[in-house]
Amino acid sequence: MNLIAEQIETYKSIIETEGDTLLVNMGPQHPSTHGVLRLVLKLKGEEVVKIEPVIGYLHRGFEKLSENLTYIQIVPLTDRMDYLASITNELAYVLTIEKALKIEVPKKAIYLRVLTAELQRIVSHLVWLGTFGLDLGGALGGGSTLFLYCFREREIILDLFEEFSGARMMYNFNQIGGLRYQPPLDFFSKLKATLPKLKQAFAEYEEMLQENYVFKVRTKNIGVLEVSLAQRMGASGPVLRGSGLAYDIRKAYPYSGYENFEFEIPIGENGDCFDRAKVRILEMKQSLRIIQQALKGMPEGEVAIRPPVRVPTAVKVPAGETYMHIEAPRGDLGVFLVSDGTEKPYRLKWRAPSFSNLAVLPFISNGHKVADVMAILGSLDPVFGEVDR
Amino acid sequence: MEVKEKIPLQSIAEIYQTFPGGELMLTTTEKFFKWAQVSSFWPLTFGLACCAIEMMATFASRFDLDRWGMIMRGSPRQSDLLIISGTVTIKMGPRIRRLYEQMPEPKWVLAMGSCAISGGIFRNSYAVVPGVDRIIPVDVFVPGCPPVPEALMDGILKLQDKIKNSKNDYRKVER
Repeated sequence: MNLIAEQIETYKSIIETEGDTLLVNMGPQHPSTHGVLRLVLKLKGEEVVKIEPVIGYLHRGFEKLSENLTYIQIVPLTDRMDYLASITNELAYVLTIEKALKIEVPKKAIYLRVLTAELQRIVSHLVWLGTFGLDLGGALGGGSTLFLYCFREREIILDLFEEFSGARMMYNFNQIGGLRYQPPLDFFSKLKATLPKLKQAFAEYEEMLQENYVFKVRTKNIGVLEVSLAQRMGASGPVLRGSGLAYDIRKAYPYSGYENFEFEIPIGENGDCFDRAKVRILEMKQSLRIIQQALKGMPEGEVAIRPPVRVPTAVKVPAGETYMHIEAPRGDLGVFLVSDGTEKPYRLKWRAPSFSNLAVLPFISNGHKVADVMAILGSLDPVFGEVDR
Repeated sequence: MEVKEKIPLQSIAEIYQTFPGGELMLTTTEKFFKWAQVSSFWPLTFGLACCAIEMMATFASRFDLDRWGMIMRGSPRQSDLLIISGTVTIKMGPRIRRLYEQMPEPKWVLAMGSCAISGGIFRNSYAVVPGVDRIIPVDVFVPGCPPVPEALMDGILKLQDKIKNSKNDYRKVER
């Protein structure tokens, strides 16, 4: 591999003979790139003229690997894709297979899936909020204050997950036909005790951000994303909703029993970084609402339609094509499955929300200062396991 | 002619005890430097994949690596510990090598997670380096997918032991 030749290629596309411009290479190792993103910035003084994101530093070949694994073996692989929201990935995949197999899961499994997916959404947004605080640097009391607060609350929820599934991050917990385990006996009482703490914490964050002058200056009118551009680029999730379009797959195309739950879709007005942040914080509150409803209506019974499968060749999906999408914390997560009737998928394509959301970055950051690029990137919340796949 | 140590120097604390007030301290430079190196690793802020989130959690509220004097540094030129937290892809490999070379001596590498050790679940992928030790020398391997924060902390303690107990040159890593 010729590193220099590759870099020259990247620069060639961005260099245009145009007076006093400076090229700055940001990443792949950069404290604020949320992983391994490389940005080639063309600057005029402090101002950004052009941005070219270079992705692919975490390309691990999920889709190709899936073709050599059986349907049950793929579930742990999906955990590692959007590693901040493992359960929603599992859910998307498992729902696809269940749709293709046309099987119904027990009601308790549906409720538990909704409950865990919403808890996962809170966890994911907490990590986002913490790292967003780091990105904004001194804006929030030395930078790491918000980070420490958010991770404090995250640990509370991860403890619950650890009790439930045995893992802190990679759960391997949804399976085709239900859930792998019954929740432990005191899971629900512990969760109930946790909810007031979370509610209080979210109120704290809201106060911390929305009343904070420095935060407002750093985020208001920064990286304004028009609805039309967002739709054209395929942005989804909080990025799209921050621009003012109330599109949520949980409402638009309900899956896994979401039609039984009451919640609102928070939207922003201007589509700037502040609105995207606001939408996420309000979403966490709505998730709490859903969790409370799920706890209230939690039915009794089995969590899987058959005992956990030991032999990994048990599932055979009939030949054909299936598409299923769900609302992941980052947006519209889609799975497209082409099956040829064997125990391994012929093709498994993922529609990753982070990838589409990241694509708007070059369009909305022109004309801003260098420091604002980090705020904009942070507000888009890409996860590179998912962008590069 | 060999010069043997007359007083066995067990630990810094013991030396302090022998001199009331601790104003004067006698030690070998090697021991002193080792003590300094062990007491404050400065790891590079470098997250690769899933393990980076657990690494962040280890630095955050509950586990708090600041207790061991560990402060994240943004530049490889200021850091002495490289935590490889995640899958190393073929595209990322040369960059990791360069980051490692940019770090000043003495430096250590901690491979965190199955992917950094052997490629883990992605070992069979066409895009993944099966183990970061094919690119840079590794001092401590921490298994797990991802390792829990306690495991990472254990790995760091192991690295401290390794530096403390190395006989002559701590930089001599089996390459």
